[in-house]
Amino acid sequence: MRIACPLCGERDLREFTYKGAALALAYPSEAASAQEWDDYLHNRDNPAGPTRELWYHGSGCTSWLVVTRNTVTHEILAVELAENAEEASA
Amino acid sequence: MRIAGKGLINRKKPVSFTFDGTVYSGFEGDTLASALLANGVKLMARSFKYHRPRGVLTAGSEEPNALVTIGNGASQDPNVRATVQEIYEGLEARSQNRWPSLAHDVMAVNDLGAPFLGAGFYYKTFMWPKAFWEKLYEPVIRRAAGLGALSGAAVTDKYERAYAHCDVLVIGAGPTGLMAALTAAEAGVDVILAEEDSVLGGRLLSESGEIDGVPARDWAEATVARLQGMANVRIMTRTSVTGAYDGGTYGALERVGHHGVVAADLPKECFWRIAAKRAVLAAGALERPVAFQNNDRPGIMLASAVRSYVNRWNVAPGKAVAVFGNNDSAHDTAADLLAAGVHVSALIDSRPDATTDLPVPFYAGAHVCGSEGRKALEAVSISRASGIDKVQADCLAMSGGWNPTLHLTCHMSGRPDWDEAIAAFVPRAGMVPGMIAAGACNGVFSTAACLGEGAGAALAALDGLGVEAEMPALPAAEARDYRISPLWAVPGKGRAWLDFQNDVSVKDVKQAAVENFRSVEHMKRYTTQGMATDQGKNSNVGALAVLADATGRGIPETGTTTYRPPFQPVAIAAMAAGSEDKGFAPERLTTSHELTVKAGAPMIEAGLWYRPSYFPRSGETTWRQSCDREVMHVRQAVGVADVSTLGKIDIKGPDAGALLDFLYTNMFSTLKVGRVRYGLMLREDGHVMDDGTTARLAEDHFVMTTTTAAAGQVMSHMELITQGVKRKLDVRFTSVTEHWAQFAVAGPKSRELLNGLLDAPIDGESWPFMACGDVSVGGVKARLFRISFSGEQAYELAVPSRYGEALFAELRKRAEGLGGGVYGMEALNVLRIEKGFITHGEIDGRMTAFDIGMQGMMSKKKDFYGKGAAARPGLLDDERPQLVGLKPVGVVKQITAGAHLYKDGAEAVRENDQGYVTSVGFSPEMGSFLGLAFLKGGRARHGETVRMVDAMRGVETTCEVCHPVFLDPEGERARD
Ligand SMILES: [Zn+2]
Repeated sequence: MRIACPLCGERDLREFTYKGAALALAYPSEAASAQEWDDYLHNRDNPAGPTRELWYHGSGCTSWLVVTRNTVTHEILAVELAENAEEASA
Repeated sequence: MRIAGKGLINRKKPVSFTFDGTVYSGFEGDTLASALLANGVKLMARSFKYHRPRGVLTAGSEEPNALVTIGNGASQDPNVRATVQEIYEGLEARSQNRWPSLAHDVMAVNDLGAPFLGAGFYYKTFMWPKAFWEKLYEPVIRRAAGLGALSGAAVTDKYERAYAHCDVLVIGAGPTGLMAALTAAEAGVDVILAEEDSVLGGRLLSESGEIDGVPARDWAEATVARLQGMANVRIMTRTSVTGAYDGGTYGALERVGHHGVVAADLPKECFWRIAAKRAVLAAGALERPVAFQNNDRPGIMLASAVRSYVNRWNVAPGKAVAVFGNNDSAHDTAADLLAAGVHVSALIDSRPDATTDLPVPFYAGAHVCGSEGRKALEAVSISRASGIDKVQADCLAMSGGWNPTLHLTCHMSGRPDWDEAIAAFVPRAGMVPGMIAAGACNGVFSTAACLGEGAGAALAALDGLGVEAEMPALPAAEARDYRISPLWAVPGKGRAWLDFQNDVSVKDVKQAAVENFRSVEHMKRYTTQGMATDQGKNSNVGALAVLADATGRGIPETGTTTYRPPFQPVAIAAMAAGSEDKGFAPERLTTSHELTVKAGAPMIEAGLWYRPSYFPRSGETTWRQSCDREVMHVRQAVGVADVSTLGKIDIKGPDAGALLDFLYTNMFSTLKVGRVRYGLMLREDGHVMDDGTTARLAEDHFVMTTTTAAAGQVMSHMELITQGVKRKLDVRFTSVTEHWAQFAVAGPKSRELLNGLLDAPIDGESWPFMACGDVSVGGVKARLFRISFSGEQAYELAVPSRYGEALFAELRKRAEGLGGGVYGMEALNVLRIEKGFITHGEIDGRMTAFDIGMQGMMSKKKDFYGKGAAARPGLLDDERPQLVGLKPVGVVKQITAGAHLYKDGAEAVRENDQGYVTSVGFSPEMGSFLGLAFLKGGRARHGETVRMVDAMRGVETTCEVCHPVFLDPEGERARD
């Protein structure tokens, strides 16, 4: 698998580490309800199709990336820097 | 027997080698299989299960029978295909799976018992009694049924991993691949041409046809010469592409040093990872055998293999050869044999309408239905409408048609389509993004069509790369139609073999169907068909056809099993190359490492770092003696320890304080310049991630320390916070762990030591506990932190790494001069346990601030990462495990880490579990073992006695629960 880092270009999978759903960017406010925390921490969709994930380019530029990937075909549909990614969508 | 002809062997260069100890001679260019056949050796192996005598079936990498062991000792390679192994001077090959010898194998009695050893035999027979399986049946069966053995010694040969990139990867260098590579290369893109053979040309090397009016082999040679002259082409011979992976990544195995000594510095094998923007699969096709009674006798081989041996290696595989097939390959074979002067005793074609002009006894609409001979073929039986004829033959060339080598197209969950016209599976387009199948592997078999498909696939690849190119002029070549009439198994009694390597017969597959293993995946596992090292390359489609017939379904409805990488066996040593020892875990060494090792300190791993356990002195015979002394040095005089392995992160910017406020549970923006504060960091789920001190060097400049183990994790965590969660912060940070060598100077005489060393002395008032700032050591600017992980008056002194070794030597000398010395991890551990300071032994990812008694550090005045999640009711439960101290009060005065705690008098069973011990040390000052532990609701249980049981080590005692700070609870020593 290869990921096209917006800063470094196309790189081998092993330069990256996987974190999980891009939901991690939608950090709840201090006042969030228990249900909101539960959704943020534990509840994940498991789609057969496109999903947004967080990957860390630790052996490259140390960027966090939001990778849109199809879980069925493994096709990578989009890669963007987490700092440019929309916060509240997963 | 060697015959005349212009093959690809160098008759001027004889090569001698041994097989089972006998010396034979071949020529440069021979494989082990061709050289043995040239010497009249037909019996090359014993079969896996029944120990049946076997010869060579193929002339390629799909060989199921002729597996041998090459070499001796640590570099012994088992299960090497004789058809792939090139001979070289001094090559030592041995047959496998036989005892005492290949010709007289006592295990051949298995063959007599064959009726009992059929499909599902293991499952049915050895089920009872259960204990017998592991102790008796399995070892016996494993000894009887098997392939070659490993030496048992660690590999001494060199293996390598390497990486390559290209625009177009062409897999296979037959007519299709050569044409594809040429077309792509002429358009100027970077091309890698990978070919598993040692010579490029594929089937052209073994066939007698012409291309553009010259022998096909000459055309191949000329084309290869052109490719070799192009700077944008990289030709990789002896390289099998083994797998297709996501994103245009391909695995490939190069046999670098299997054909004699190439160069001393080259490895035996190299495993390549090739990143290709586009790929053309030109893997060709594999001929398939026909199942008939005793179709496995040495001398029976594929028709294409016979042509290879005759045309490429100038070997006659027999004196009288019968040829049997259901397509025109059989006729080509008979013609080539006649041209080479080899007697053809019969040509048998299963197609009733077949004709021939060849001067040979011809049988149309007939089948070979049996074979005779002892360890080699002597005669074949031919069944036709009028009865059975017996024909003398010491070699049978058979062809059941061709299967496109489409394996790679299925490596990413693709499924092939059944093509009735060629009675074979063909690849579905687009199954591996960026890869195009062309030529024979795409179900196109004439040379002319292959050349056209190769060029066409290259154009499609170029188009995908945005490169324009035109269809080149195609060379003239044979353009015959492929005519085949399906023939899988000849009806008749006896065992007709499908899977030669795993000894699976037509009967076995039918038996599986009878027992309702009708799914092809079930049949495969029940009979073991296709599960050998050849992955059923010769047998999968045939077995499937037999299963389809037995279950009354068509082949497409029956479906295929899954094709998985690797396409060829790959040694683990090749895939793991570079990942052993230091390649797996690189060493990180501190600046004091050399002096530490010289001092005789045993080193222990801390992540990738190496740190000293203790520094033994003369007269000390146990680690405990050294450790106790080092602890007392710190408690009574002064000790020095290298603490450079702690992560150090330099943080700068107007929002540095705001970042730290969000990262840590406690407040850092209020920290005064020149002061240090201890901080606690949580994960998003409210559990403790890490702890450490952070110093404020200037208004907008902090330096954070992390634990040794979590340095990388904290760094990526901070990146996530600043890039994803708190994006607006104006702050920059970088790891400076390697930039600074940092030493703890701890003990009542620590200030005295420093004042002899620093350019300007310090005092307790201007440098109070938790102060920090710049100092000067011998004119070198250094940083001093008054922090303590031992509870004593203590400092950490940091200098740029290049001064680390010199400073360590100086600190050590001065500490010893003051009655102290250097100390290692064991002493450091005891010192911190005495003070109840935590490490990752305690904050193991499951603990909250509340659990470790640091709930007071959770600021109520601000938000911080993990705060909301940490407030969840379950994480505040009074019954949660809480950090406590333990002192042994029973008869046994020992505590062990990992032991579990129970209420006094309670039975030591899981249901009664109350907690567990995380850290243990022996305190020389208190003369007792001390432990840190987590105990249910432990903070309210100080004074209680609990039962400690270590079931692993068999230690049991009674402990008193106490506050985790054993020594100087008010912290006066550190402030002294
Ligand atoms: Zn990057």
